Amino acid sequence: MAVQNTIKVAAQRREATLGFWEQAYIFEAVRGLWITTRHFVGNLYYHVLKLFGIITVHPLTPTIQYPEERRPLAPRLRTLHRLARREDSSPRCVACMMCETVCPALCIKIVAAEGSRPGVEKRPKSFDIDLGRCIFCGYCVEACPEDAIRMDTGILDIAAYSREGMLLDMDLLLSLQPAQQQTDKEVDRLQRLLLK
Amino acid sequence: MNPVVYWTSTIAKSAYILVFPLTLAFFLVWAERKQSAVMQDRIGANRAKFLGRPFLGLVHMVCDAVKMFVKEDFVPDGPHRILHTLAPFLAMFFALITFAVIPFGYQLTIAGETIGLQVADLNVGILFIFAMASLGVYGMVLAGWSSNNNYALLGGIRASAQMISYEICIGMTIIGAVLALGTLSMQELVIQQGHHYFGWLPRWGVVLQPLGFLLFFTAGVAETKRVPFDMPEGESEIIGFNLEYSSMKFAMFLFTDFIETVLIAAVTVTLFFGGWQIPWLANTGFVWPWGGDWEMHPNVVNILRMAAFAVKVTFFCWLMMAIRWTLPRFRYDQLMDLGWKWLLPLSLANIVFTALAVWFVR
Repeated sequence: MAVQNTIKVAAQRREATLGFWEQAYIFEAVRGLWITTRHFVGNLYYHVLKLFGIITVHPLTPTIQYPEERRPLAPRLRTLHRLARREDSSPRCVACMMCETVCPALCIKIVAAEGSRPGVEKRPKSFDIDLGRCIFCGYCVEACPEDAIRMDTGILDIAAYSREGMLLDMDLLLSLQPAQQQTDKEVDRLQRLLLK
Repeated sequence: MNPVVYWTSTIAKSAYILVFPLTLAFFLVWAERKQSAVMQDRIGANRAKFLGRPFLGLVHMVCDAVKMFVKEDFVPDGPHRILHTLAPFLAMFFALITFAVIPFGYQLTIAGETIGLQVADLNVGILFIFAMASLGVYGMVLAGWSSNNNYALLGGIRASAQMISYEICIGMTIIGAVLALGTLSMQELVIQQGHHYFGWLPRWGVVLQPLGFLLFFTAGVAETKRVPFDMPEGESEIIGFNLEYSSMKFAMFLFTDFIETVLIAAVTVTLFFGGWQIPWLANTGFVWPWGGDWEMHPNVVNILRMAAFAVKVTFFCWLMMAIRWTLPRFRYDQLMDLGWKWLLPLSLANIVFTALAVWFVR
């Protein structure tokens, strides 16, 4: 009963704000049809132009055809991690465990080993990131004293068919490039690699 | 008439009038996606590709068809097997059989034989349409009832309540048009609309019956069970009579809606927009209201008329699709209010007014 009263009151209030012509509905319906038809005709005009190659970008449709077209990413956007290398292509990482310690999601696992050359006492034997746990907070990047771990690959669409697939090992992390230096082909290759 | 010609022409006409709505309905599935996209500043289906090209999204329809055929035809425990299987066939049959009396052209003269372009020239064609459209509701009711599912049953009840309410209005508005044009035969209705007032204004049903057209079209959109009158189905949330259907049986219900869209468009065109008539086109060619005429071969004229009918029907399908993607769904009480408190009294008033007008004019 209370619900019915509420509905009735709401209906009365709404009807009070509608004039006679609005309540007659047909004119409002025609007005709505006029708006959609205007959009239809305008969009169709540009679609036909585009179909015949006269224009390349549809000016009224904001759709981005995602896998083929991508929006530009902000440079400081946190995307998939990578491990940077030194100039002699050895990993910059010195296995100091800072990132593993700071990581709130506990997704980084580092196994340290003896450094292989003078001046570098430790090196990572393995460096695994479990993306299934990672929350992309970026603390690891901030914590790293060697600027070894970075999140600038520009790879956003991370997916895998299993939990094991979300585990990234050191070889993979070292092979990733910053977004600016990647060609589309490399992005494709890396995505396939990730999916495996 | 020569029996060979009779049977050949009848089969050819039946094939045409069967293929025409089916093809149009098939393309309406495509239009449903693409037209809505274009209306809403989107791009629409373009991911399915054939030979690396999306062909304006047409490949999606083929994929749909394949999917519907390949899917498992699941029938849950409990339904009345025979009725459950029969329901979609009934729904589609009554939608398709109605096209038998739709005149899709005037006549063609081939090898000395004159062939009327209508499968069955019943002298009460308009009543036949009304009868078949009314029987169409049995498909929905049977589907809802035989599914042994409360929600499907409720959907079937909603369907029958809605269809019966709006069929009354359809019948009343048809009476208005029949009074104004003075015949019950579909072909004769169209021929009657070939005259012109003042030498230029086509004597189309919409000129004689503007209110009748509005009422008929509104009730017709309700008959197709699509938004804003999609209470029987409500596929996005409430789920209707086709709840327990899958695979091709579900597709037949879906397709029936589109065929009914074509049907309502065809009947609207026949009753109110001159059927196959083109303004100022007589049997011998164009007779312009500003003087002068273009002579044409009668067969050319009649092929033009067939094309005109197809174009008109396509336009009304487009309009119904535009309505479907513009207006939100009615609430159930609004639906009943509209049917019983607005359309019915208005159509009754329309009959009285038309009858008086006809009486005074004659």
